[in-house]
Amino acid sequence: MAQVELKQVRKTYPNGAEAIFGVDMQIDDGELIVFVGPSGCGKSTLLRMVAGLESVTSGDILIGDRVINDVSPSERDVAMVFQNYALYPHMSVRGNMSYGLKNRKMDKAEIERRITDAAKMLKIDKFLDRQPNQLSGGQRQRVAMGRAIVRNPQVFLFDEPLSNLDAKLRVQMRIEIKKLQRRMNVTSIYVTHDQTEAMTLADRLAVINEGRVEQMGAPMELYSNPRTLFVASFIGSPAINLIPAKFDGTSLIAGDMALAGFSDLPTDKDLVLGVRPDVLTVSDEGQFSINVDLVEQHGGENLIYGSLPSMVSDAGDVQEICLKASQSLLPGLDEKMTLAFNPEDAFVFEKDTGARLK
Amino acid sequence: MKRVQFEHSAIPYMFIAPQIIIIVVFFLWPAAQAVYQSFLLEDAFGLSSQFVWFRNYSDTIFNDAWLQAAGFTIVFSTLVTALSLGLALLLAVKANEVIRGASTYKTLLMWAYAIAPPVAGLMGNLMFNPLIGDLYIFMNSIGFDFDHKLDPYDAGFVVVLISVWKQVSVNFIFFLSGLQGIPKGVQEAALMDCKSSTRRFWTITFPLLAPTTFFLMVINITYAFFETFGIIDTTTQGAPGGATTTLVYKVFQDGFRGADIGGSSAQSVVLMIMVLVLTVIQFRFIEKKVHY
Amino acid sequence: MERVPISTHIILILGALFMTLPVWVAFATSTHAPETILREGLQFWPGPHFFETYNEVLFVEGGVMKKVTATTMLKNSMILGVGFAIGKVIISMLAAYAIVYFRFRLGVPLFWVIFMTLLLPLEVRIIPSYEVVANMGLLDTKAGLIIPLIASATGTFFFRQFFKSVPDELLEAARLDGASAWGFFIDILVPLSKTMIAAILIIMFVVGWNQYLWPLIMTTKEENYTLVIGIKQIYQVLNEGGELPQFQKAFALTILATLPPVLVVLIFQRWFVKGLVESEK
Repeated sequence: MAQVELKQVRKTYPNGAEAIFGVDMQIDDGELIVFVGPSGCGKSTLLRMVAGLESVTSGDILIGDRVINDVSPSERDVAMVFQNYALYPHMSVRGNMSYGLKNRKMDKAEIERRITDAAKMLKIDKFLDRQPNQLSGGQRQRVAMGRAIVRNPQVFLFDEPLSNLDAKLRVQMRIEIKKLQRRMNVTSIYVTHDQTEAMTLADRLAVINEGRVEQMGAPMELYSNPRTLFVASFIGSPAINLIPAKFDGTSLIAGDMALAGFSDLPTDKDLVLGVRPDVLTVSDEGQFSINVDLVEQHGGENLIYGSLPSMVSDAGDVQEICLKASQSLLPGLDEKMTLAFNPEDAFVFEKDTGARLK
Repeated sequence: MKRVQFEHSAIPYMFIAPQIIIIVVFFLWPAAQAVYQSFLLEDAFGLSSQFVWFRNYSDTIFNDAWLQAAGFTIVFSTLVTALSLGLALLLAVKANEVIRGASTYKTLLMWAYAIAPPVAGLMGNLMFNPLIGDLYIFMNSIGFDFDHKLDPYDAGFVVVLISVWKQVSVNFIFFLSGLQGIPKGVQEAALMDCKSSTRRFWTITFPLLAPTTFFLMVINITYAFFETFGIIDTTTQGAPGGATTTLVYKVFQDGFRGADIGGSSAQSVVLMIMVLVLTVIQFRFIEKKVHY
Repeated sequence: MERVPISTHIILILGALFMTLPVWVAFATSTHAPETILREGLQFWPGPHFFETYNEVLFVEGGVMKKVTATTMLKNSMILGVGFAIGKVIISMLAAYAIVYFRFRLGVPLFWVIFMTLLLPLEVRIIPSYEVVANMGLLDTKAGLIIPLIASATGTFFFRQFFKSVPDELLEAARLDGASAWGFFIDILVPLSKTMIAAILIIMFVVGWNQYLWPLIMTTKEENYTLVIGIKQIYQVLNEGGELPQFQKAFALTILATLPPVLVVLIFQRWFVKGLVESEK
């Protein structure tokens, strides 16, 4: 049980490439934090720095009260679940789980007890004597978790642990990880590029972009109150609609639309209007209309994709708009729909800096 | 290079030391000696030596015997490489086609890999023995005035035949594994695009085998240069009149039989340079286009 | 699937005959009496003298050489083949481990030192190598026979290639599990390399068994001859003439020299092919 603290943590590779630019973070005891971001953003690097697999260029990483920058990975009291599981292929499930404990010269009976407990908890007690190649993907995943659990560490680290599983299993394992973490109440850091996984798992999530933490907070806070264009576009599925716009002093101008209800915005800057698909409604007195291109029926709801006829870029790309509607709304192709939204629910960002203005 | 490595001062040196020590003592030091000796001229009794710059090189290399050996080596390597590659490719392609009996064919075609070149040499030698050799008798009965002890071309024929026989199996193994490495999807696509199997082979299969072929060419040339020593030593011993003496065999003859250390060393150095060139070519090409 | 044309089978059968017939004839001829061979030439079917010939070659002093029997040579060949294979696997695994898994100052230069062995085949440094071994008093010893042969780069490159294909995460997991450098090598890497080790052992056994030039120059005493060297001697005896040429013994010796490596290759065919193809990548 411990809290984890990152103080101005930086990472520069020997070749000069900078990966992490001064990250500050406080993770509470028992909290599940998710690092989310696009591939190459540095989220895995940051996790591996906590694990001790990457060196820290400057700043401090603390587990509990102990600065662990120069402590070897095996002495940090952390356990990690790897993306490809990294099971020792020549060892049985039992061997995989006991290897780390044996290296710590733990008493045999204690090792056995821990393995039995963890195996029961993960429902892999029937496979203890099998080799990893005799297990299914989901079972391997459980073994990888078991290997972490028996260590009884202060911190769990998960490096995209579900990305090798098929969609259905992924959802199932996601739920199990969450339950397990709740039950064991161990501080955990979980890395993923999948925003759904991030939203559903996290107590708090940290959106990472180009080696910086863009925003950190509870999932719903990030969804409804993003601080930057990046966070707004990364969080939420289907993705937020982003429409380039200008402010003329009274209303937002996008193409031939003039959208009222906005104020206190700069008139000399390129802006981006962000509207989530679920705040758009169909209304005869709507602010703008789209031509329907495609309807995706997801069962419980329909996603309607359409284009704004007035906004075609120089390259000929149309401005796509997505709308989340009930299953009963089923417009035909090329049908015209008039949409409305409450300006209260929309965001406005500055295009160049990505900063949120409203 | 691994993403994460151990960082310790002494441990890696302990791991790598055995090999490095053996290399220094038995590779680098002798090689340096060879280079050094190639500049020395010893007197007839090996009592004194003097530094003669490149005289050993000019003496041994610009003389008829060496040039003859160089000429033979080139012709010999070309023939051995071309014939054993061609034969192996034909057999590999055919073996890749069959389903029934495939593994039997495979085994019968590859097992000769295990036979040592000198053993193959002796076997061939006995087959061509004038007293009992059926091949000797056969060659004469079909109208050749065959005598590999006297006729340089007949002697060349014998060493080429045995060298090719010995090398087919290695080439076969690599070609077959190369063929099996061509994705099934590609072969099926070709089957739909091109009706003629010959054309399919030359336009799809053969280009995809280019990396294997190129690699094998280098291996075969090296083989013809060096490993055929055992074959030559157990068949013609370079005779008649040096007609089947390869450059490597000449180094051995001059150094051990003729005790001409300086001259033999000079030849060794020339061979080292040839190996170097071969290796550079190999790595250049392998890094370049030939890989898909 | 297309039907396989009959010509394909004909070509393959001819190829198989080409590769196997000489050895079969050698075996068949070795089981005949020397008089028969001299009178009738090579034999295509086994004769009545199998036990006589092989007994004399294997067990009777003076049967093939002046003093030693083929059994002694068989033993010497076995020591060379096995010693070469094991020695090579050990030193090349250790070196490859250092190269792939450690960051150390001389790592790159030492890698190139190992690479240089590819440029220096025995044939180009044969006389100075002989002198080195002679000066160390290692002529006619097993150590002098085996050690200079095991240091070439092939094995090291093979294991280096394999180690590089081992997922990085295994090392990371092992480090989190508290494995030391030696512990990771012994507990994880060596067991993981089992099939690779088997494959390379098989190939190297064959390569070691078939060594010719080096044993030829550094063994002077008959009792240290390997079979492959013995071949050379019997060839010279045959050429010297004298009484009735003992062709059947010469053939028997070639069969004996061929049999062990061939058996190894046939029994472990799958591993052998895998090792051969992988090692040259």
